[in-house]
Amino acid sequence: MTYTFGLDTFGDRNSAADGQPLSHAQTIRNVAEEGVFAEQAGVDFFGIGEHHTEYFPMPAGDVVLASIAARTEHIRLGSAVTVLSSDDPVRVYQRYATLDAISGGRAEVILGRGSSIESFPLFGYDLADYEELFEEKATLFAELVKGGPVTWAGQTRAPLIGQDVVPHTESGPFPVWIGVGGNPQSVIRAARLGFSLALAIIGGPPSRFAAYSQLFQRALEKFGRPPLPVMVHSPGHVAATDEQAKAEFWPRWRDIITVMAPERGFAIPTGESFDAETGPDGALYVGSPETVAQKIAANLRILGASRFDLKYGMPGLTHEQLMTNIDLYGRKVIPRVRALLA
Amino acid sequence: MEPGRLAVLGAGHVGPVIARLAIKAGYPVGIATSGDPENLALITELMIPGAQPRWARDAIAEADVVVLAMPLHRFDEIDPSLLNGKLVVDAINYWPATEGVLEAFEYGGSSEIVARRLAGSVVVKALNHIGYHELEGRARPAGAPDRRAAGVAGDDPPAVATIAGLIDGIGYDPVRLGSLRAGRVLEPGGPVFGVVLPLDEFERAARVGSRSLA
Repeated sequence: MTYTFGLDTFGDRNSAADGQPLSHAQTIRNVAEEGVFAEQAGVDFFGIGEHHTEYFPMPAGDVVLASIAARTEHIRLGSAVTVLSSDDPVRVYQRYATLDAISGGRAEVILGRGSSIESFPLFGYDLADYEELFEEKATLFAELVKGGPVTWAGQTRAPLIGQDVVPHTESGPFPVWIGVGGNPQSVIRAARLGFSLALAIIGGPPSRFAAYSQLFQRALEKFGRPPLPVMVHSPGHVAATDEQAKAEFWPRWRDIITVMAPERGFAIPTGESFDAETGPDGALYVGSPETVAQKIAANLRILGASRFDLKYGMPGLTHEQLMTNIDLYGRKVIPRVRALLA
Repeated sequence: MEPGRLAVLGAGHVGPVIARLAIKAGYPVGIATSGDPENLALITELMIPGAQPRWARDAIAEADVVVLAMPLHRFDEIDPSLLNGKLVVDAINYWPATEGVLEAFEYGGSSEIVARRLAGSVVVKALNHIGYHELEGRARPAGAPDRRAAGVAGDDPPAVATIAGLIDGIGYDPVRLGSLRAGRVLEPGGPVFGVVLPLDEFERAARVGSRSLA
């Protein structure tokens, strides 16, 4: 199996070494630097997740990806995720087809919701319509990425009749994934539409997702489609030692989850829950390169996945800490995981 | 009284987890969504072995206990008359930040509002306050030292007792709360929501929480 390894960010707002938050603008410029550096470190993919908050000031990740594309040659670039339900599928397609043009065919898209719910009120959508919006827009998106004239009608946007949607891509459809957080019906949908499966595992034992991976491949068979890859996306932080990684990550993780808990229903992290999540059966990849590599290799095997994306960073970490994380992930973790899986 | 056969309505994040736990505890389980059970065949085969995919109407008719595990905004798609005479477990949460504001649920406990709509059923609130990603991992057999507690709230004591038996069977120490109103402590923002507590801590948190509700 060919494995690929990515880094994802939500544009987590950086702090300076003294703890003072950096500006949104500086954080965005830092993300661009991190994307360029990821290629130099040997990372295969760099993804930017759409968010609209003070601590994740990243609503237009495709613009940042375009700047990274202009300064890189090999690294693949994409969203992680695009909140399709509150966007126009035609515009999403056009933006990423444009990125595909600028980057010479390196664009990808992950569709989903992630933990981003703030885009719904911002753009005038009702969260209660989430399911209908996603189903309809994902179906249209599947038509758009095929290329060629699109004929479509639905409830969520104006109909298209034999519409030629530009720009045309040079090398066929770019890869599209659907991000799934634990709803088996979303897995079936990804298979039905012919999109790859991205498992967002942010809490609890990753092994419980093995059944989702099997469900996906069986559903692809049922729909008469060839096998498609499965990706794991999980948060983490790599530093020289386990102790250092945990010491840097823990207060930032605790603080952001505490902020998000009331609106997202997360439990407030405790030292005990953090130890469980960073341990071998937890969802967080926090530690030395060896610790993180062992955990990635074990879970890729268990989950039948060929792609791992580390969601690096947390609001309040410094740009320098993130660059070290990227360096260790690219130069130490990825080669080690490849060796473990060979 | 044993609850007998379960119907789990909903096959998203929560329904399959509850169905698996119930099957493991020995209950026959039918599972249904708003659509064709054919669409559930793969999900049940791979993720809920032993569960029977059904049309909602049939799953309900066959069941002694019906578990509501659909998103709250889909609740009003159910015909209440199908549930007449049934013991209904309401595992749904009203959570405006993640699902949007539903005017009908803005005032009062969500299970009380559910019960008002299901006037021909007996409604018990349970299985809503432990995250679906933890519900299986934290389940333990009776007597295990690290067993955790789960709340069961309802206005009908025999129904509460029945569901307490189900909760015990799937792996939690049941804590009975004497009314759906008292069950508001189990809701999002309440003292036991999203934290998985041992019995003594659960009872203490629920007591403190219920004082603030009074």
